[in-house]
This record gives sequence, C-alpha cells and structure tokens, in this order.
Amino acid sequence: MQIRYLSSAGAVLLLIANAHAQSGAEIPRLANGRPDFSGVWQSLTTANWNILTHGASAGPSQYGALLSTPPGIGIVEGNEIPYLPAAAEQQRQNYANRWREDPELKCYMPGVPRANYMPYPFQIFHSPGHMLFAYQFAGAARIINLDEDQPSAIDSWMGISNARWEDDTLVIDVSGFNGQAWLDRAGNHASYALRVTERYTFAGPDAIDYEAELEDPRTFSEPWRMSFRLHRRADRDAHIMEFKCVEFTEDLLYGEYYKRDE
Amino acid sequence: MKAANSFLSIALTISLLHLAQRVEAQQTSWGDPDLQGRWSNATLTPLQRPAALADKAFFTPEEAREYVSSILNAGDEDERIAAEREAGNPGSYNDAWMDRGNTIVPTLRTSLIVDPPNGRVPPFTAAAQRQFEANMEYGEMHPADTPADRFLTERCLVFGGGAAPMLPEPYNNNYYIVQTPDYVTIMAELNHEVRIIPIDGRPGFPEYVRQWTGDSRGHWEGDTLVVETSNQRPNRHFYGVQMLNSVMSDEFRVVERFTRTAADQIRYQATVHDPEVFTQPWTVEIFMHPQEGPLIEFACHEGNYGMVGILTAAREQERQAAEAADNGRE
Repeated sequence: MQIRYLSSAGAVLLLIANAHAQSGAEIPRLANGRPDFSGVWQSLTTANWNILTHGASAGPSQYGALLSTPPGIGIVEGNEIPYLPAAAEQQRQNYANRWREDPELKCYMPGVPRANYMPYPFQIFHSPGHMLFAYQFAGAARIINLDEDQPSAIDSWMGISNARWEDDTLVIDVSGFNGQAWLDRAGNHASYALRVTERYTFAGPDAIDYEAELEDPRTFSEPWRMSFRLHRRADRDAHIMEFKCVEFTEDLLYGEYYKRDE
Repeated sequence: MKAANSFLSIALTISLLHLAQRVEAQQTSWGDPDLQGRWSNATLTPLQRPAALADKAFFTPEEAREYVSSILNAGDEDERIAAEREAGNPGSYNDAWMDRGNTIVPTLRTSLIVDPPNGRVPPFTAAAQRQFEANMEYGEMHPADTPADRFLTERCLVFGGGAAPMLPEPYNNNYYIVQTPDYVTIMAELNHEVRIIPIDGRPGFPEYVRQWTGDSRGHWEGDTLVVETSNQRPNRHFYGVQMLNSVMSDEFRVVERFTRTAADQIRYQATVHDPEVFTQPWTVEIFMHPQEGPLIEFACHEGNYGMVGILTAAREQERQAAEAADNGRE
C-alpha cells in the first residue's frame, strides 16, 4: 500500500519536473509566438554602486549611513574589467572624484547597461513589431528597433538599439554612445566606441536572465561580460512613476550663478 | 510657386477625402484599435484663431492655399535676425531649426481650438486674471534670479508634447506610440518624455502626488481611446512655448480622445478643464500624421548650456545697472 502511494507521488513529481524543464511553455508570449517582455522589471543587485564585488564603505560623513555604499557581489564575469592602462587610471580618477563627477549626481541619463541595474524599476512595453523601454530614473527611454536596424544618427546617452531574435532570446545591439555615461558610481567607464550586446532570456515567467558583452577597443584590451537577473515587479498596480530629478540638481549645477541678496 | 500650388491642391483634396470616409480602424493582435507607430503633430494651424479672422472658423480651399503659401514663402528668418544683429541682439533660432510641417489641419479650421467657437482660449476668471497679471509683473522684476523663474522648457522639465494637452511645439513634434493590453504609451521626442497610460482600470494616484506630466488613466470607448489626466503640478510656466506665463490650479484636468481615422491619421481632441482659471473648458483638435524617420534622442538637460547663459547674462545686466547707478550718484 505504502509503496504504491509513493510510486504515484513519484510519478506526479516527475511530471511536475518535466513541465518546469520545458520553460518555453510557461513564459508569456505575444500572438506572434515571441516571448512577451512587457512588464515592470528591476535588478536586485548593488551593481549601480559598483559592478565589481565590493565591501561596504563610507559616503559623505554628514549623511552617516544614509549615503554609505552597501556591500554586494559583482555582476562582472571573472570579477575583472580588462582596462587598457590609461583607462584604468581614468577609472581611479573617476572614483576619487565620484561625489562630484558621477553623471548620476547630475540626473544625466544613465546609458546602457547601467540603466538596467539602477536600483529603480523600468518598464518594457512590447507588442508585435514594437518595443519601448521606459526607465524611471530621469525618465530615460530606449526605442528598440525590432523590424529594421537603424544606424545611429548622432552620438547619444542611451545609444541606438537594434534587436534580433535567437530562438526565445532577445539580442539587442547597442551602439552610438557619446562616451559620457559611467558604468556605476565607482567610476567604471567606457568611451564613445562602446558596443554593448545584450541578451534577454526568460528564466520562468517572472524573471529574465540578462547578459551583456561590452566591447570598446579604446578602453578595454578585450571584450568582457556581465550578467544578472531582472525580477518582475508583481506588486499591486506596479508601474513606474515620474522621477524627474533634473529639478533636484539645479542648485548644484547653477547655484553659483543665482542672484545674491545684497 | 505653381508646382507648390498643385501639390497643395492635391494634398488638401486627399485630406478632405480622409475625413469623408471613416476607414475601418486597424486592430492590435489582441483586438484593441491600433494607434501604434511613429507620428507627428506638426501643423501650420495656430493654437488660437488670429484676431483678424474673428468668427471665421474655416478657410475655403482657396483661402487655405493662400494661407499656407504665405507662411511657406514668408520672409527668411535669417534676414530678420541679421537686421536685429545690427541692433546688438545676437538672435535666436532661424528657420533651420523650425519644424511646423507644411500643412494646415485637413478640416481647414483657422485654429486648433474648436471650442469656444471663437477659436480662442476662454477668458480667465477674475482671480486667475489677477494672478496672471501678478505673474507677469513678477516675471518683469525677476526674469532670472534662479532657474525657478524660467520656463519649464528652459529648465528641461517638460515640453508641450510630453503632457496633456499634447500641443505642437516649434520643432521635434514626433511621437512613438506602443500599446499592450494594459497600457498605451506615448513617447515624445522632445525631452524623451514617455507618457504611460494604464488602461486596466487601476485607480489614479492620491491627490497629493503631483507630477510634471500629471497622472493619466485611459479606457476604450468603441474605437476611441479616452484619457483623463489630473494631478498636474500647477506652474505659471506650464504651457511652454504655446502659452507663456499661464495660470494653473490644482483642479486642472484634461480629457483627451485619440481615434485612428485613417491608416495615416490619428484625430486628437483634448478638452482642458480648470474651473478656477478658465471661465469655460476649451477644446483643441489636431490631426497626427505618419512620421517617417526615427525618433532621435533629445538630451535636453545634459546639454543645457542655455541655462548657464541665461543666468550669467542676467547677473551681468544687474552688474551693469548697478555700476551705472553708482556712476550716476558720483
């Protein structure tokens, strides 16, 4: 009696295991069969502070723990960025000056891939033939060209995104950067020659495995990769809100030109 | 000139035909009307009917041709700017920057405002009029003490197409619309604004959450997307270049209607309600047409050298005025 019961339970377990193994059956799909990436997504890593593994460290002392840097495991495969010597020196200078020079401070658009691992949500709107990424921070946005590649008309903060499918993986080629965005608050950086090849693959219906290869012969001796998971924000009524931080930077950027009372 | 007139005749005829027949709306793969794609709302039709046209709500086709012709063949902005430079004014945008298209609305109306019937923004309430005059006076006394004295567009906070009502701007009137079963999203090229409009019936934000682009909720009524927007941050510079130094209250609310009236046309109507400011609501009607090229990144804040120029110029003017006053006293 007992053995028969266990065999049935075992059979049920095998069926369940099989269903999970065929992850293609679970993920949301559009009418044209493509995986449907629509939704509110967010990274849970601390990569925005430092894409390499890092311990905790102090921020400006008057803000105590509020602006300290939390610890975290990095997202860079091999935990090393193959900088050319001049670029490595640039990163050290960036780090020393980060509380003044980080473009995030100035509410500048974060660029790609940083926008994807900021500690704020972003929303993907995806329908057959159309895709738009709307990031909460600074209202940055990317139109993803699904049907037809477009060349970059002019250097930009968020680059130009041309996509193709490899089975159920969305591959996005991003180029045409202006080289002014940083990769994190630790001063990691690249130049206008950066090319990012992103890969988005569902890992179950509520998570995306994200991978990016960064190539920039002016900055790195060879291409290198980062990878992390994006999680679906499934909270009630989740959608991104307006985060126009421009207003919060005005005193910082223009304060020296304000009228002074005599 | 002749070729341009023939082109205008054909264009006007085609536009009128589009209005005469309501083409079966295209549908998304889940059965909603399809508004998706790249669109422009550039137009030569002004927001308000010119005073000289009084009660004339529509042009005849001949008058429309003349109107368009006169604008397109008007004196070169470069000549005006050269003349002003002689007088010491360094000048601003010339025609190379402007993109109002080369057509008026296909209805041949003389203004984008279709209600009130005089085609003009209704009068302010008495209180709003007082506020408007106080704003104008303040603006004269404090043109640029800090960025808060400047227009929202100069601060790179929000432009006309990024919020409701979507009024055309002098340039970059390009939009990209993407739909899902739960959202309609409108990205404006100007300032890379993304308006996210939930259409799944979720509640709006509490009244104390105020956003520069307000808070929008939409729903389909037949083949028309109806969008209601409130929770706008009231600001005296709200309407950007279209209505400078405007007045807004917390009650400001806009109801927009988007209808795909043809394969190459979206009719856009928007009614502005602000009972503490306007003596009646007012409605605009604009027709969006396909935009062929891609949307280009508009990194307004990242490149905002203009704000530094505005503030330092104001400081210099004050310094010169103070110096002149000192010299006068000696």
